[in-house]
Amino acid sequence: MGQHTTGSDRAIPHFQDGPDHESLLVGHSSQIMERTSKPSWNRALDYGCKICLRGTSYCFLLACQVKRDMIRAIRACKTAAEERAVVRKECAAIRSAVSENDQDYRHRNLAKLMFIHMLGYPTHFGQMECLKLIASPGFPEKRIGYLGLMLLLDERQEVLMLVTNSLKQYPLYIWFYAFDYFSVISKSSSILLRDLNHSNQYIVGLALCALGNICSAEMARDLAPEVEKLLQFRDPNIRKKAALCSIRIVRKVPDLAENFINPAASLLKEKHHGVLLTGIQLCTDLCRVSAEALEYFRKKCTEGLVKVLKDVVNSPYAPEYDISGIADPFLHIRLLRLLRVLGQGDADASDCMNDILAQVATKTESNKNAGNAILYECVETIMSIEDNSGLRVLAINILGRFLSNRDNNIRYVALNMLMKAITVDTQAVQRHRPTILECVKDSDASIRKRALELVYLLVNESNVKPLTKELIEYLEVSDQEFKGDLTAKICSIVEKLSPEKIWYIDQMLKVLSEAGNYVKDEVWHALIVVITNASNLHGYTVRSLYRAVQTSGEKETLVRVAVWCIGEYGEMLVNNVGVLDVEEPITVTESDAVDVIEVAIKHHTTDLTTRAMCLIALLKLSCRFPTCSQRIKDVIVQDKGNLVLELQQRSIEFNSIIEKHQNIRSALVERMPVLDEATYSGRRAGSLPAAVSTSQGAALNLSNGVAKAAAAPLVDLLDLSSDDTPAPSSSGNDFLQDLLGVDLSPASSQAGQAQKSGTDVLLDLLSIGSPSAQDSSFTPNALSKSSQDDKTSMGALERLSSPSAPSIQASSPAGGSPMMDLLDGFASGPPLAEANGPAYPSVVAFESNSLRVMFNFSKQPGNPQTTIIEATFMNKSSVVYTDFIFQAAVPKFLQLHLDPASSNSLPESGDGSITQKLRVTNSQHGKKALVMRIRINYKANSKDTLEEGQISNFPRDL
Amino acid sequence: MGIRFILMVNKQGQTRLAQYFEYLTIDQRRALEGEIVRKCLARNEQQCSFVEHRNYKIVYRRYASLFFLVGVDNEENELAILEFIHLLVETMDRHFGNVCELDIMFHLEKAHFMLEEMVMNGCIVETSKSNILAPIQLMDKAS
Repeated sequence: MGQHTTGSDRAIPHFQDGPDHESLLVGHSSQIMERTSKPSWNRALDYGCKICLRGTSYCFLLACQVKRDMIRAIRACKTAAEERAVVRKECAAIRSAVSENDQDYRHRNLAKLMFIHMLGYPTHFGQMECLKLIASPGFPEKRIGYLGLMLLLDERQEVLMLVTNSLKQYPLYIWFYAFDYFSVISKSSSILLRDLNHSNQYIVGLALCALGNICSAEMARDLAPEVEKLLQFRDPNIRKKAALCSIRIVRKVPDLAENFINPAASLLKEKHHGVLLTGIQLCTDLCRVSAEALEYFRKKCTEGLVKVLKDVVNSPYAPEYDISGIADPFLHIRLLRLLRVLGQGDADASDCMNDILAQVATKTESNKNAGNAILYECVETIMSIEDNSGLRVLAINILGRFLSNRDNNIRYVALNMLMKAITVDTQAVQRHRPTILECVKDSDASIRKRALELVYLLVNESNVKPLTKELIEYLEVSDQEFKGDLTAKICSIVEKLSPEKIWYIDQMLKVLSEAGNYVKDEVWHALIVVITNASNLHGYTVRSLYRAVQTSGEKETLVRVAVWCIGEYGEMLVNNVGVLDVEEPITVTESDAVDVIEVAIKHHTTDLTTRAMCLIALLKLSCRFPTCSQRIKDVIVQDKGNLVLELQQRSIEFNSIIEKHQNIRSALVERMPVLDEATYSGRRAGSLPAAVSTSQGAALNLSNGVAKAAAAPLVDLLDLSSDDTPAPSSSGNDFLQDLLGVDLSPASSQAGQAQKSGTDVLLDLLSIGSPSAQDSSFTPNALSKSSQDDKTSMGALERLSSPSAPSIQASSPAGGSPMMDLLDGFASGPPLAEANGPAYPSVVAFESNSLRVMFNFSKQPGNPQTTIIEATFMNKSSVVYTDFIFQAAVPKFLQLHLDPASSNSLPESGDGSITQKLRVTNSQHGKKALVMRIRINYKANSKDTLEEGQISNFPRDL
Repeated sequence: MGIRFILMVNKQGQTRLAQYFEYLTIDQRRALEGEIVRKCLARNEQQCSFVEHRNYKIVYRRYASLFFLVGVDNEENELAILEFIHLLVETMDRHFGNVCELDIMFHLEKAHFMLEEMVMNGCIVETSKSNILAPIQLMDKAS
């Protein structure tokens, strides 16, 4: 039963003598009624239900009786649990009957199993029973056996293949299962083979039907010759089943297609509708799998098929196949479909079918569903075959009629069809644009979805403005569940086709104010990128955002963009910089601007990202709006005890910037550099590797801030990743670097010494000390556990902050404090650390009982590939080494130059040392690390000694 | 491949007949049926008879208490499937006479036999009611 998707014991609506006695066709005429003409026909069914108690008619068969008992029992269950219990009991009874090999009840048990299977319970134990029934001689047993086989047998070919390929990897039970399945398949193959050659044609039909529904590739290979023979069987009912069975075979084993081409072609000459219908389907499928077949049918059968279609269209009334005055619409449709396949890409074949297509398109009755189905198929064929402008006009007109139909089904297929037609004739589809736009606003979700997709395809540079206007207007009134789709499509259209930046910004602001909660992150990220690039529109944008946020302050993404822009361009808002002609004048005071951010940060629904952005904006404004500085500080301080580490940290950091470091604040909060649109869109398109490779090549030369910005311009600069990445441990560190637009080189983060001083000063300044150790223990959980903990850690922070402050004060009077230098460097040019070149720790390159070799590394500025190594040799023994020679070898990608050593004798016991300079150039810099083999010769006590070793512990990135 | 599955579901959402022409595990079937039924039963009479779900298009029609849902692929002619559903109901009606939900429940195998004569491997085989019913009537006579 469909609704039991979970295991919960949800009550099944109980009905005993409920509406399932209703006759299904009460109120129906023999035709499908057009729903527009009688919209209430279904309601009539509800009330006009005729109770038909037909209980007596199905009591004859004992099997039915027993099954009925079970069905009754299951229907009487009020909960899913009760139902499961009944089913369990029944399954147990069937299992025991199976194991006792009970013949009389086999067929009744299988009928029960089918019901249980339909309810959604496992019934694999019945598969063997099906085979036994199929093997039995009686027709009724065979019939139900085949049905059971088709319903219960599950395709487990994959498992079978896996198991035969790698038996060892799978547990034993799968083995058995597969074996069981294998025996079912192999036995059913042999039984099927026997039944395909049975003298009783109904049994042959059964076997064909089963084969057509379940056969696997192996079975298809085995049984294809039999099926091929049966395509010429005397009884048409067998021929039609053999034709469909061939479809399955050809799909499973396309190699067999050529065997079926000739027999299939002969089926097209049949008069029996069933055979014709299935023959046509077989031909269509053959064309799909084999180019040879397509060519053959195109040459030999196109004319014949056109004639068949003509006959069917003009055929007199045939009661058996008539549906609303049309003889066998199904046959029409299949024929049109095959003609489509044949005509596609072939002018001759297309020519051949022009007349009949025109006849179908003009003569078919369009006031009944069946007629419309044919017209629908005909239009699709006309659109697909080679160009004939007259026919195309006809087809487009039919679509226009469909589109204005009041029946939603017809409108739905019209929209569907227009999607296909748009590639053929965009102009014709454009003509229907107003109607399609109406459909976007339909009350029916299926139609809306289709129409929206169609509109999306229709938009181009020339109509993007009016269309977007329409869509945005509709966004205001659309259903909640449709807003997501609609917003995504509008954003996509605006991004793709915007003619100018001001229009883009305007439209996006409208979308954000209407449906800000449905806008995806990348969309508003892209908007910010566009805003930063439109330098002449900064003032306009920030004022528009200010207005928008007054009315739609609850839309999260709108608030984010507004907060960001006010933080960046706040003074433009207040001073009315760059007013455009179209703008209404607006007076905003500094405190109004701060109000917006304060409201946002305090609003209860605001999430972490927005709050973090608010804090940054406040920090920026604190410098731009000196009059509000104290008020801003008060707002920032409120988050000092926030349980979310990120916010707490920002609050404390920013507070101390405002309080203690007035002199550097303006440099810290300078406006963001313009974000590069190309790299951002490239990144969105997934071309990240390119960005990485450039940053690798330039990492040591350029300011890394730039390289990093290229890789992740927006997110890093805003530090928006805070709620995506669960690693706030480095946030303080990263944040400042990002804020300043610089970054440490990858190598320096390992153990930069020259640089460390820079970072440390900054970190001290911000009172967060050694970031990694402390932050890891500073999870919000730890904080929330006890307030005492909280206080002590806060205390620790304060203590940490206090010593650093005096040190700065002490050093600043001296003038060139290193920190100030650093900051100047950060603010204007490449960081100071870069100028000195990064530093690497020295390593013990080689050590033995008698000797130790230390390497110190340095790099020349501007030449990252070359490393200068200063080797220092120490004598650990108590004798003097003379004739000391050091040799080294490197792989091909390295170049090595050895300078002369400082001496050739090495005093004993580390009493002195020899130094020697090596210069290594790494042609694979950034990709491969240094590696070196060394050999050292010396004389100790006038005895020659040789020591060798390999050095592979070089720092990375040399 | 045309038709992927045929479902008959009553107003309470209980499956009364299910025939799949592609392999799904029992759990997948239950989940799929649940989703589709929730979607289709929520729609009103004026809305169109087609619902897109996952990679299927569901064509459905309601007859009294019973919904007939046919899952098809994107290439199928939706209007023709609607006509097919009606043909199926008419065929059952001719056999059972005033067919109702209970007939299908208690004669599940017969409903399947009819379906089997009409659809094989997702393709329509036969559209003549008497041709469809002939083997079934023959079997009834024999037993």
